[in-house]
Amino acid sequence: MNAEPSRALLAPLLLALALCASAPARAAGFAGLGDDALGFAEPTPGHALVFPRDHGAHPEFRIEWWYLTANLTDESGNAYGAQWTLFRHARAPRDGDGWDDPQAFVAHAAVTTQTLHLFAETRARGGVGQAGVEAAPFRAFIDNWSFSATEPNLSGGEITAAAPRFRYSLRLSAEKPLALHGEAGYSRKSESGQASYYYSQPFFSVAGALAVDGVERKVTGRAWMDHEWSSRPLAADQKGWDWFSLHLDNGAELMLFRLRSDTSLPFLSGSYIAADGATRALARDDIVLEPLEQSLVSGRLLPIRWRVQVKSLRLDIDAKPLNSQSFMSTGVGYFEGPVSFVGSQSGKGYLEMTGY
Amino acid sequence: MRQFLYALATLASHWRRRPGQFAALFTGLAVATALWSGVAALNDQARRSYDHAAGALGVGAAPSLVAASGGFFAQDAFLAFRRAGWKVSPVIEGPIRLGDKAYRLLGVEPLTLPKIARDKMPEGETLDDFLGPPGRALVAPQTLRALGLAEGATPALGDAEHLPPLAIEKDLAPGTIVVDIGVAQRLLHRPGRLSRLLLAEQPARDAPSLETIGGDALRRVEADDAPELAKLTESFHLNLTAFGLLAYVVGLFIAHASFGLAFEQRLPIIRTLRAIGVSLRALAFALVAELMLLATLAGAAGMVGGYLIAAALLPDIAASLEGLYGAELDGALGLTPGWWASGVGMALIGATIAAASGLVKTLRLPVLAIAQPFAWREAQRLWLLRQGALAALALAGAAAALLFGEGLEAGFVSMAGLLLGAALALPLPLAAALRLGEKRARGPLAKWFFADALQQLPGLSLALMALLLALSTNIGVGSMVEGFRRTFAQWLDQRLVAEIYFEASSEAQARAIETWLAAREDVAAVLPLCKARTTLRSSPVASSWPVEIVGAPPHETFSAHFPLLEARADAWGRVARGDGALISEQLARRLRLALGSTLDIPTPTGNWGVEIVGVYPDYGAAKGQMRVDHAALAARWPDARRLDYMLRARPEDAPAVMHALQTQFGAGVARIIDQASLKQRSTTIFERTFAVTAALDALTLVVSAIALFASLTTLAAARVAQLAPLWAVGVSRRSLSWLEFARVTLFAAATALVSVPLGLALAYDLVAIVNVRAFGWRLPFHVFPSQWLEVFALALLTAALASLMPIRRLARVAPASLLAVFANER
Amino acid sequence: MSVASAACDATEIGARSPLLRVTNLSKSYPGPQGPLPVLHGVDLALAAGESLALMGESGSGKSTLLHLVAGLDHADSGAIHIDDVEVTNLDDDGRAALRRKTLGVVFQQFNLVPSLTVGDNLALQARLAGRFDESWRDQLAARLGLSALLDRYPEQVSGGQQQRVAVGRALAPRPRLLLADEPTGNLDEATGDAVLDLLLELAATAGAAVLMVTHSARLAGRLDRRATLAAGRLAP
Repeated sequence: MNAEPSRALLAPLLLALALCASAPARAAGFAGLGDDALGFAEPTPGHALVFPRDHGAHPEFRIEWWYLTANLTDESGNAYGAQWTLFRHARAPRDGDGWDDPQAFVAHAAVTTQTLHLFAETRARGGVGQAGVEAAPFRAFIDNWSFSATEPNLSGGEITAAAPRFRYSLRLSAEKPLALHGEAGYSRKSESGQASYYYSQPFFSVAGALAVDGVERKVTGRAWMDHEWSSRPLAADQKGWDWFSLHLDNGAELMLFRLRSDTSLPFLSGSYIAADGATRALARDDIVLEPLEQSLVSGRLLPIRWRVQVKSLRLDIDAKPLNSQSFMSTGVGYFEGPVSFVGSQSGKGYLEMTGY
Repeated sequence: MRQFLYALATLASHWRRRPGQFAALFTGLAVATALWSGVAALNDQARRSYDHAAGALGVGAAPSLVAASGGFFAQDAFLAFRRAGWKVSPVIEGPIRLGDKAYRLLGVEPLTLPKIARDKMPEGETLDDFLGPPGRALVAPQTLRALGLAEGATPALGDAEHLPPLAIEKDLAPGTIVVDIGVAQRLLHRPGRLSRLLLAEQPARDAPSLETIGGDALRRVEADDAPELAKLTESFHLNLTAFGLLAYVVGLFIAHASFGLAFEQRLPIIRTLRAIGVSLRALAFALVAELMLLATLAGAAGMVGGYLIAAALLPDIAASLEGLYGAELDGALGLTPGWWASGVGMALIGATIAAASGLVKTLRLPVLAIAQPFAWREAQRLWLLRQGALAALALAGAAAALLFGEGLEAGFVSMAGLLLGAALALPLPLAAALRLGEKRARGPLAKWFFADALQQLPGLSLALMALLLALSTNIGVGSMVEGFRRTFAQWLDQRLVAEIYFEASSEAQARAIETWLAAREDVAAVLPLCKARTTLRSSPVASSWPVEIVGAPPHETFSAHFPLLEARADAWGRVARGDGALISEQLARRLRLALGSTLDIPTPTGNWGVEIVGVYPDYGAAKGQMRVDHAALAARWPDARRLDYMLRARPEDAPAVMHALQTQFGAGVARIIDQASLKQRSTTIFERTFAVTAALDALTLVVSAIALFASLTTLAAARVAQLAPLWAVGVSRRSLSWLEFARVTLFAAATALVSVPLGLALAYDLVAIVNVRAFGWRLPFHVFPSQWLEVFALALLTAALASLMPIRRLARVAPASLLAVFANER
Repeated sequence: MSVASAACDATEIGARSPLLRVTNLSKSYPGPQGPLPVLHGVDLALAAGESLALMGESGSGKSTLLHLVAGLDHADSGAIHIDDVEVTNLDDDGRAALRRKTLGVVFQQFNLVPSLTVGDNLALQARLAGRFDESWRDQLAARLGLSALLDRYPEQVSGGQQQRVAVGRALAPRPRLLLADEPTGNLDEATGDAVLDLLLELAATAGAAVLMVTHSARLAGRLDRRATLAAGRLAP
């Protein structure tokens, strides 16, 4: 069986989603797409996000994703990770009716244990009711997977996913407000102006059930939700990123990312969300992300232990994954897995690495 | 190793001294392989095309859900199954017409397609382009060629619609056009409708069941291991295979004869090698290696020949498969590794069969026994006895297959047994006749002539057997084809009575044309046909069979002319009432239905009970067909295709009506044809179908001529010793040559004589058993004595040509070589 | 190794034990009235380099004895040792190797491979034995008067020449023992004598012992020793 055609099919989708544009050609193709004026909207600084409206889809932007990662523990203390992601990709900046709708969706779900990393992928066209996102009450769905909320801060809902070897159903609640990254939700991705709208709900507490290979367990823990949309989030020379969402044991939250470039120094950015919910953007030179150890994961050499420093916070930690093989071998592969960290602070979180 | 190599080289040196023998052996193996692999290439090609058609983007390659009643169903079912966790992908398919040719339009949803199908999606073609707008219409390269269009063209579909820009996808089946599902729904005028849901993954064990989600509206069909086309054309290919095998066997006869001679002539060499220290094992390895080497070389040459044969026959095969079954074949011959392997494998197997007895005999002989004169051929009486016993065995096998066997395979087995038995028995009557001749002969030369011919019989018998097979196949197949031709022509005359046949490009156009025609005075009747497809099951046989149902209005055109094999007196009345149906002969046989049987036809509006009130011959298609009332069909199949029409008019008015129709509606009339042209077209398809048979038949005859030629050549050297004494006592070389010629011709004539009854038996087997089982129709058995004369003449000509060269050589043989016979006498 | 030293070695070995030792050998063939004994307790010894003429009437078992020594047939009982190797214990491969390397066989009929040239026939056994030596082959060809005929086929040369090819073929691998079954039986007297002269001379050069079956006392007289088979036994 030739795997090439299916990749060719997937490429435009995930490429446009800027999900680890590994091959230079793809990155170039993406850049080409991003630069043409098909009439897609561009994020602008100073634009105010309005909720619950902005929880919904923004068809005038080329790409968008709703991302939830949960660090979970069962009753015997075993650690788990759970991922639920819906990507949207538009061929044209509009809604449409039936099969003519130019919106398409890809969803990934995963469950990680210390020894297993199970994942599933499903895809859908917009317009016919197989997948979609509604703002109020919030509901993102595809097939029999969904992510719902009742409150404007996305509290009071649940995520569900089912795949041949796993399924989960997790209730989500959060007392604190949403965290807007960058300049009130306008998040820069490069010096040359690439940017997205980006906000999170980092304070979810989670309770529910998770089943692996038919064995169901009650789990609790913390979860982080991201919602981001844009039309061209990466510059032409940017090949991928390393992204951290970290729940600090002191109740604060930290988001850091590093966009790697072929030609220049990496672009670093992040947000510190204090335990009271106050968000502070972190400057580029405030952050140090340093790979400590590399490992062969799904045929690629990936950094699997990191030293993370935020100078202004006097934070210096050592983070490593629960399962170093947390690789999503989906259409285009990327690393997405739960991590724990020790050092000046300890806690848990998620690490995402693309473009290796 | 050294032993082995020198033994091999020494054995092989024999061929350098006897190139003629080598040529015969090589040709025999090569020809056997060529005919077999040619047929195999054709079958492979067809099978690949069917798989392509069935597997076009996974339709048929994956299990799927279809409407229990056949036809379309609402798109909501797709959503219901996805929400229940079933990974299904929606598909809609239907026929469209471009120019005067029908294509299969396949609408798929690329994001949800099963992986196997996604892999067939174009490389380089991006998803965005395919999804559009304007989207892409993917076609196989040969479809694009057939359309005479370039990539990017957007051909018009009848009225206002256009296909999206065409793009090549090499993995598609010819005749299939793949577009996005939304585009297909629009072009087929079926918005929100689907024809099937492909199952991309097995549903999880804890997922809701099919019934819970969809009730009984949908049923699951498994991935076709035998696609529908493969099922329909199975018999056709079995026919081809049988011919290939026959040719293969004839080729082996040649190889066997040459091998036998070669082993006999090489016995002294083998004895010498043993005496000077070649071990039995090394010798065995050397003999087997030589055999394999020869087989591989001859096999490779045969494969080239096979390719040429297949390439030459492919257009005819493609035409007849398309005409008979609607199966489209890829026009360019593709050669798979499997084909090469099977071809060379057949050559190796063939060589082994041809050489086995000689090899075993040679190796089993103790060293010293070889030194003694070795009786390669048993005494002739013993030999005849053995031939007779084998013949009896083969004939008994044929009888057993006929009595106890079922299906086409049994038909072929009985045919093979009959042919083989007759061929093996052939030397018996020949020997008897020669003995009689010897007894009756007066002059010494005449006596010698018969005695010598008798002595020659074993050496020539293989060639004569091959000739018998070829001749009787010629007669048998000839009778069958000629009989079929007559029946077919008669049937066409009865069946095609309307003056004009046409097809509208869309239903809207059809209604408009109907109204317009009704107002014309020169049109006596407008007879609309509607067509639906379903799968019929019947209780006597467990299998199901695809059926086309044709609805026609009650009219004198049918009730007075339509040819029926058997029918109830009130058949047409019952059909008009909607509770009677006519079925084609092949459907009746396939499902074991007879007059008076009742049948539940699954329709989108529930089961429809009808009684079989008539059976009609249908030589036009191998698919099962059923005819019912037009209104009754339309009521039960809301989605039925209603585009076909027959027009009755005075023959002299027909051209004007056709012209007016085309002028008025232009592309609204997708196809139009008058009676004479339709007959012409049908006959052409028929002729092309049998052109293949005729070609293989002729090739078999050529092969048997080669066999005869090879045997005569290899025997020629030995003949000198037998002729020398006659020459010494005063018979001229010229007279000797004439006697040789007479002897060969006599053998051929006798063989031809035997081939007539055998050919007739074969024709009967073909008409009464093979055809019935293969195509589902029984033809009248005709006898054509003029054909026999042709075959007789052909046999004599073959023999004359084959004997010409050896005899010419004999006539010119130097007296010295005749003398050498005496000089060497020890 | 030079021809002379090979002969010298052979003599030394022969001095210690005979090259060929046949002990109490019996052989019978199935006949219409039960087994027909041909050999009945035959004893025979032949030293290296020695030549022995085996005589006897037709049917006395001369050829049978020769075939048994060559490993072409199986004895009923008794033993045959060649160079202390028990021939009767060897399997087919072993006996083939013995024929290839230790023995040379010349039959009454010439037994050449008709599809090989004289040169190739001459070299055939030596090549099989892996002892092909071109200068020795050329020397043999010259001595046998075949030098000009190497590219011809057997049917293109005379009977005497054919038998000389057979002698050369048997001697080309430098066998220890040459077995000859009426080697001149098919030739006229003059040609036969010439062939036999060559055979004995070349065998001596090669250091090969000779065991020759003949019914001619005249020819037998040219060999070192003679023995006569009668009633299945050997009378020296």
